[in-house]
Amino acid sequence: MDTMTETKTRKAESRAAPPETAPAPERTPKSDEERLEGFEREQLRQMMHDMLLARRFEEKAAEAYALGKIGGFCHLYIGQEAVAVGAIHALRKDDYVMTAYREHVHALQTGIEAGAVMAELYGRADGCSGGKGGSMHMFNAETNYLGGHGIVGGQIPLALGVAWKIKYREEDRVIQVYCGEAAVNQGAFHESLNMAALWKLPMILIVENNRFGMGTAWERAASLYDIWQKASAYAMPSAVGDGMDVLDMYRVAKEAADRARAGEGPTLIEARTYRYVGHSMSDPVSGVYRTKEDVEKEKANDPITIFAELLARNDILSQQELQEMDAEAKRISEEAAEFADKSPEPPVDEVYKDIYATEDVAGRLYFDMRER
Amino acid sequence: MAVVTYREALNQALDEEMKRDPDVFLMGEEVGVYNGAYKVSKGLLDKYGEMRVVDTPITELGFAGLGVGAAMTGIRPVIEFMTWNFAILAFDQIFNSAAKMRSMSGGQFKMPVTFRGPTGAALQLAAQHSQSLESQVAHYPGIKVVVPGTPADAKGLLKAAIRDDDPVAVFEGEMLYNLKGEVPDDDDFVIPLGVAEVKREGSDVSIITHGKMIHVALQAAAALEKDGVNAEVLDLRSIRPLDVDAILATVAKTNRVVLVEEGWPYGGITATVAALIQEEAFDMLDAPVLRVTQADVPMPYAKQLEKVVKPSAELVVEKVNRVLYR
Repeated sequence: MDTMTETKTRKAESRAAPPETAPAPERTPKSDEERLEGFEREQLRQMMHDMLLARRFEEKAAEAYALGKIGGFCHLYIGQEAVAVGAIHALRKDDYVMTAYREHVHALQTGIEAGAVMAELYGRADGCSGGKGGSMHMFNAETNYLGGHGIVGGQIPLALGVAWKIKYREEDRVIQVYCGEAAVNQGAFHESLNMAALWKLPMILIVENNRFGMGTAWERAASLYDIWQKASAYAMPSAVGDGMDVLDMYRVAKEAADRARAGEGPTLIEARTYRYVGHSMSDPVSGVYRTKEDVEKEKANDPITIFAELLARNDILSQQELQEMDAEAKRISEEAAEFADKSPEPPVDEVYKDIYATEDVAGRLYFDMRER
Repeated sequence: MAVVTYREALNQALDEEMKRDPDVFLMGEEVGVYNGAYKVSKGLLDKYGEMRVVDTPITELGFAGLGVGAAMTGIRPVIEFMTWNFAILAFDQIFNSAAKMRSMSGGQFKMPVTFRGPTGAALQLAAQHSQSLESQVAHYPGIKVVVPGTPADAKGLLKAAIRDDDPVAVFEGEMLYNLKGEVPDDDDFVIPLGVAEVKREGSDVSIITHGKMIHVALQAAAALEKDGVNAEVLDLRSIRPLDVDAILATVAKTNRVVLVEEGWPYGGITATVAALIQEEAFDMLDAPVLRVTQADVPMPYAKQLEKVVKPSAELVVEKVNRVLYR
């Protein structure tokens, strides 16, 4: 087989829909009434606001990246907003959230000010990690946002430890930890699920299946397509959430949190979603692993449009109110960028700060022979 | 002072710290029901129960990460690796999470986790079970590393490690667990991190080393004494932080240095200390700094080959004679 043909074949395979062997999750269409049941009007409007802010914030970040204001890697959440917004709405303020590196929206959703998130992207002193973390390492102890981790799957054992702490201290809390579908193939995923289930720890693992680990389609990376099924290997409950439906994400996340609080242990949630942007800012939206048409087709499923239409149909948020809300989201994002721009660079003497908690020790901790 | 084994000294340290602070717990393979693969945790499960002495599955990456996550949210895990060789599976969590969390969060989290376990070659355990990895761990800023070589140091340093708010890696000598020595009974006997100790006073040459190798160095010093050479043995005890003052003081005293470590030479502790001495004490030297390390090969199984590969008192004597130009 010549190389050209081989490449073409691979492309075609990678574009294929999930294989037949992977049954779509059971999903009887729900009526609006069923979907909205149990939600307060204000909460629904807040969710809409948060989704819009998530979208507009990321668009602003993309713009700032193009202008060279943001450096390094920058992974945007556009298309996946319903996942974090819906699921984090199902938590209480003192619950923990942890994720990987596509994290700006998770950080915002725990309550970190947009300015502090943007300033972190800009690498400034007012960033939520003081400018030392950047796009992939945001933290905020006050909002119980525990990062921002850059090694695929590496955050899952950490979340397991947080869940252990909750059990150890007998606290009424849970941790939601997110990973991408590609992290499911890491040992860290399996090791953590085993212990979480073995010890019934209050950990909710939400796998954001956006169908591509960078440029590798999930069906090219996994022998078993359905991620939720992997929970059965650890005798733990699992669920599939529609990652394009903020209310469905809320529902599965709430059920999982209730279970965890009742001492019934962890849940694995597969959120089926899609990213409308490249893997990172250095990856085009479409190209070798998916076509422009693929992406456009998925945009028919835009979580923001779907939700806005639902709210409009049910007189919860009018078209005009939506536009006002969107303008507000743009304003917050704009102001976040202005705030970040004005924030100073971390001073150079920060270099040796916050490496160790206890620096007042005998002996030398740093070996670079530089003046301090 | 009571005479106890290195193993008992570690057990006392764990017991006392668990008694002192309810947030301290021990987790690892076989630490509970089995009383520890090397019996370091003997009796602790009965005393403290299953939430505080936790048997894990064989899943090093997972439970090391668990320790890091638990520490960042406020409790004090002691994570036991059955040996540091197996901790290689957990290095992602030690290097990428434990060592960096404080820095990359801009100082928002403390990381009071202790990683401990036996290190170094024992007897004919072959390539994968005979490694000294402290230089690898000490390579990462953000983590602290100690390598106790005596029962008293084992107790005092482990207690210091558990009380410290940073991640501390404790490398215990696999061949030292039965070693006996005097250990203070005091519940607050803590050896501060970063303080070296002169294990033998001398004036002609300094042998600088750590961990199990202090015994090799002392053996060499005893042999040299018969030959009229008075060697000083400096035990670093703590690798990071490193007692640079003590290193410079012994160099100033003897002007001749032999460095000894159980691990490999490339990027080893001795390489760092040699660089430091030439950078900061070059004028004090009367001879080049020489090193004794493990031969730069994976550890072979065969008895005779293993013996040749390990650092030995004979090799130390040979290097001492060279720096003395004898």
